[in-house]
Amino acid sequence: MEELVNESGVVAKPLNPEAATEVDMQASYEQHGSGTVGEIYVNDPRMTCRNVNVYYGEKQAIFDVNLDIGKNQVISMIGPSGCGKSTFLRCLNRMNDTIDVCRVTGQIKMDDQDIYDDGLDVVPLRASVGMVFQKPNPFPKSIYDNIAYGPRIHGLSDNARHLDEIVESSLTRAGLWEEVKDRMDQPGTGLSGGQQQRLCIARAIAVSPEVILMDEPCSALDPIATAKIEELIDELRENYTIAIVTHSMQQAARVSQRTAYFHLGKLIEVGETDQIFTNPRHKLTEDYITGRFG
Amino acid sequence: MNNNLQQQHDRTMVRVQQGLVRRYRQEKRFQRIGLGAIVLGLVFVSFLFISIIANGYTAFQQTYVKLDINFDPELIAPVGETDPEVLSKANYGGLVKKTMREMFPDVSSRREKKVLYGLVSTGASYQLRDMVMQDPALIGTRQSVWVPADDDVDMLIKGHIDLNVPESDRRIKNNQMVWIQSLQAEDRIEKRFNTTFFTAGDSREPELSGIKGAVHGSFFTLMICLLISFPVGVAAAVYLEEFAPKNRWTDIIEVNINNLAAVPSIVFGLLGLAVFINFFGLPRSVPLVGGLVLALMTLPTIIIASRAALKSVPPSIREAALGVGASPMQTITHHVLPLAMPGMLTGTIIGMAQALGETAPLLMIGMVAFIVDIPGGPFDPSAVLPVQIYLWADSPERAFVERTSAAIMVLLAFLISMNLLAVWLRKKFERRW
Amino acid sequence: MHSSTLIIVLLGFMTLAYYMGRKRSLNLVSGRVRDLHSLPSYYGIHTALWCGVPALILFVLWISFEGAVVTGMVVDNLPQEIQELPPERLNLVLNDIRNLAQGDIVSQAVDETMQGAADHYSSLLRISDMALFVVALSVAILGGLFAQRSINRHQRARNRVEKAINFFLVSSSSLAIFTTIGIVLSVLFESIRFFQQIPVTEFIFGLEWSPQTAIRADQVGSSGVFGAIPLFAGTFLITLIAMFVAVPIGLMSAIYMAEYAGKRFRALAKPVLEVLAGIPTVVYGFFAALTVAPFFRDMGTSLGLSVSSESALAAGVVMGIMIIPFVSSLSDDVINAVPQAMRDGSYGLGATRSETIRQVIIPAALPGIVGGVLLAVSRAIGETMIVVMAAGLSANLTANPLEAVTTVTVQIVTLLVGDQEFDSAKTLAAFALALVLFTITLALNMIALHIVRKYREQYE
Ligand SMILES: Nc1ncnc2c1ncn2[C@@H]1O[C@H](COP(=O)(O)OP(=O)(O)OP(=O)(O)O)[C@@H](O)[C@H]1O
Ligand SMILES: [Mg+2]
Repeated sequence: MEELVNESGVVAKPLNPEAATEVDMQASYEQHGSGTVGEIYVNDPRMTCRNVNVYYGEKQAIFDVNLDIGKNQVISMIGPSGCGKSTFLRCLNRMNDTIDVCRVTGQIKMDDQDIYDDGLDVVPLRASVGMVFQKPNPFPKSIYDNIAYGPRIHGLSDNARHLDEIVESSLTRAGLWEEVKDRMDQPGTGLSGGQQQRLCIARAIAVSPEVILMDEPCSALDPIATAKIEELIDELRENYTIAIVTHSMQQAARVSQRTAYFHLGKLIEVGETDQIFTNPRHKLTEDYITGRFG
Repeated sequence: MNNNLQQQHDRTMVRVQQGLVRRYRQEKRFQRIGLGAIVLGLVFVSFLFISIIANGYTAFQQTYVKLDINFDPELIAPVGETDPEVLSKANYGGLVKKTMREMFPDVSSRREKKVLYGLVSTGASYQLRDMVMQDPALIGTRQSVWVPADDDVDMLIKGHIDLNVPESDRRIKNNQMVWIQSLQAEDRIEKRFNTTFFTAGDSREPELSGIKGAVHGSFFTLMICLLISFPVGVAAAVYLEEFAPKNRWTDIIEVNINNLAAVPSIVFGLLGLAVFINFFGLPRSVPLVGGLVLALMTLPTIIIASRAALKSVPPSIREAALGVGASPMQTITHHVLPLAMPGMLTGTIIGMAQALGETAPLLMIGMVAFIVDIPGGPFDPSAVLPVQIYLWADSPERAFVERTSAAIMVLLAFLISMNLLAVWLRKKFERRW
Repeated sequence: MHSSTLIIVLLGFMTLAYYMGRKRSLNLVSGRVRDLHSLPSYYGIHTALWCGVPALILFVLWISFEGAVVTGMVVDNLPQEIQELPPERLNLVLNDIRNLAQGDIVSQAVDETMQGAADHYSSLLRISDMALFVVALSVAILGGLFAQRSINRHQRARNRVEKAINFFLVSSSSLAIFTTIGIVLSVLFESIRFFQQIPVTEFIFGLEWSPQTAIRADQVGSSGVFGAIPLFAGTFLITLIAMFVAVPIGLMSAIYMAEYAGKRFRALAKPVLEVLAGIPTVVYGFFAALTVAPFFRDMGTSLGLSVSSESALAAGVVMGIMIIPFVSSLSDDVINAVPQAMRDGSYGLGATRSETIRQVIIPAALPGIVGGVLLAVSRAIGETMIVVMAAGLSANLTANPLEAVTTVTVQIVTLLVGDQEFDSAKTLAAFALALVLFTITLALNMIALHIVRKYREQYE
């Protein structure tokens, strides 16, 4: 188990599972200013979220969430439908900006830079925090142009050869190259669902981000395509920080090192994936993973 | 590998930062173009309105000239005469001329006299006739009467005639100027509210022309159009939405309706010409035929709007009604139609507004005749407002320009009120299921 | 007037019939509604329908054929030499007779025969009116009585009424088809007659248009030339100018409204722009002729260009203004139909708004936009009043927007407005032009609607 020290030097003592009594939970609440149980902090965080609240107009969707996202790790977010997983995920690259009524308070830092700082530009932020969505959403362009879109708008390639290389390496890393290399000029919308999702992943990594956010990337896919994507996530973990929202606990267990459980907009519990699934500390988490609701 | 990617990422960030300024400049430019397009559109709207209003507001006033008329029994009829037959045939024109001659005794040549008489409108004699016929006791008395001035004088008083232009190119000559100035000096010239414009039919003389005939014609035309297109449109929508089986025939009807909605209006005019006028021999230029043609034209609009209204009624209502044993027809008439009615009415009003402004098809069925009389029903020859506008716009007299603009203002006022009514109706009955 | 009275009387009869039918049905069962097959009001409606519908049908038929029959009878009574005149001359004579009967001015000196014919004409009309009144009312009364007599407690009044309503519904919805057929037939027949006089090839490929045909057979000179190319070219030129104005402005304002504008701005600017769509075309025509055309001419003069006062430019620009809201509302629909996921995908990669719009949204919306533009083109081609008032009459074959050109619709109007003889090549030419106009706009609409529908389906 890692030593848990956050910037302000407060040590969040790993709770002993056996000792996870009501009193401890209360203590944990006091400690973090929220009801979260478990290891919020990690040693080497890529992103840190402090007291994050999100509102849609009057309605609050996220309540006081504190969470670190570790470097080169996969963190999965689980929870019943409507609990705010997507909302939280979209905070991490400010995709919520595109929703008029949405308002975010609190602090989210990436490598010591507050991403909600007034002076911060979302363009470079989103270039380094890429996103893959629930439904594959290839642009109505050719496969090549889909991948080349990001590098083109950001001006990443020096020349056509270089662009070709970027496209090829992205597709290769997304495990799609072999399947599409002969039909690069056909529309991306003509691929199968699983291929489209991998295309979207390739599109995201084509701008070489540091963090990739994935919102239920496999929910529209069959088991075989899902397995491919999971394999892909596992490979990508070496180089990228990945946050993934999923409804499948098996999937969370398979691909992630840490797991966060959300409930009604609150982060209930976060910890090592193994621990969460074998030995949840919070009653709600336990209920959820044992299938009592959700 | 890891290192390599980190380098790549760092390179990306450098590149992104480098491009930012240029990209935000592009962004700003694009946004400005968009805003510019809207502003341009708004400018067009305001320019159009300003141009029409600036040209037209003066038409709501008319210049009048005060004449001291001696209702000479010699020129009219003996004092005490009351027979309308006699009174209506009297020489009122002579009366006006005599008064003018008395006011300007120095005018002697025939030519000049003729010009002098032209200062007041030919309508002056009709006005005197009407006065005498209403009150025969006027005969033998002397009265100050305000009569409409000729349109050229009217234009001069309203400042539409440029006096710096050489005399030969001017509608008002120098001698007329002198007379007018002397009239003005005696306070005999005045601008008053132009009631004629709202109470008269068309006329060759701008100062005697009005829009009443056209407004009535438009009203009858719209009534006919409404009487046909509303029931038929609603019936068609009900059938297509509620009863029609999904087969080829209904498909054809659908395609047809959508296409008819986009057929140029002038083609409907040709249909009217060929069918109603040439085949059935209905008279030209009557609201009946105009209304029929416009009904065919607005039908698609009404059908499409009514279908949308029917679609928005939730199926649960139908199921509830059918569930308590109502026949499909009863379900529709008792439950669905009342709920869909506001939407249908909104569509119908919009269709009627379209019909009210439509001109081209009416030209085809001969509604361009010059008609002075105010129509009393849909079988009388008449003009309609937009056609009246077209006819006046074609007239060379300067005074018709302002009247055209004024007629447009009236037409737009009608249209705007109709559209506001539609908006209000929609707001009022808007329902969220 | 007479006819209106008749209609009102008929409506009165129908109301009466309704109450009589209702009452009789109630009397039959002495008020016990349950013993009746249908509700009493259905018996009422049934009776009212029997009373009103046959009479109304008779009325409509009568009005429709009265003119033709009366004219025929008048012609039969005319002297032999007039009867044997060629049809278009005979038409002129008949017009005079009609005008004479109505007390209007006529085009030639009135002689005995004419006056006689006119008197005959008006007396026939009077008789016909009287007869209609009597016959229609008798039919109404007989129908009503028949229906009222036939009421019995087992009569399926509701089913019959519903059947009648159903018939009305079906025929109403078929009216659209009959309208289309009517348009096609009326335009086609006259066009065929036109093409019997003028070869199709001359019409479609001829470079000169000058329809002034000789009015009398012995008149020399000016026989019509019907080459429609200058008209097509003029229409095309003006449409092109209109599109140059409408498409960029309409599209950009739709984009701004959909992607940039705040709620308040949109709530304000959108209705104002839509005002442009509600303004009648005759108003645009007046605006073009009075304000825009002189403005362009003066501007041209100050630049040392000669701009015609009926320049294609003025008509085209004003037509473009008219079409702006059309393009913008269609584009607005289409842009809003692009799924949010598409925008998210682009924003998620760090694209700016304008990059997203230009490189993702517009390509995604392109088919819909193209469909909308095609509809706008068809609008522009068929637009009449603006060009009638602001474009010229002379058929110039030119691509210079500063010169005057004429269009298909302008020619249709000039050929058909005013006194016309119905068989001359001149009037028939208008129908041939209308056939071209109808075919082209129909084809454009079909293609456009098809594209737009396909586009919608794609994102549903
Ligand atoms: N655009 C929006 N406007 C208003 N409320 C929203 C919006 N998006 C989400 N919400 C609300 O915020 C809450 C959290 O939604 P969110 O989409 O984050 O849930 P989720 O955990 O992703 O659910 P799911 O598993 O179904 O995707 C929900 O109650 C939802 O109704
Ligand atoms: Mg979600």
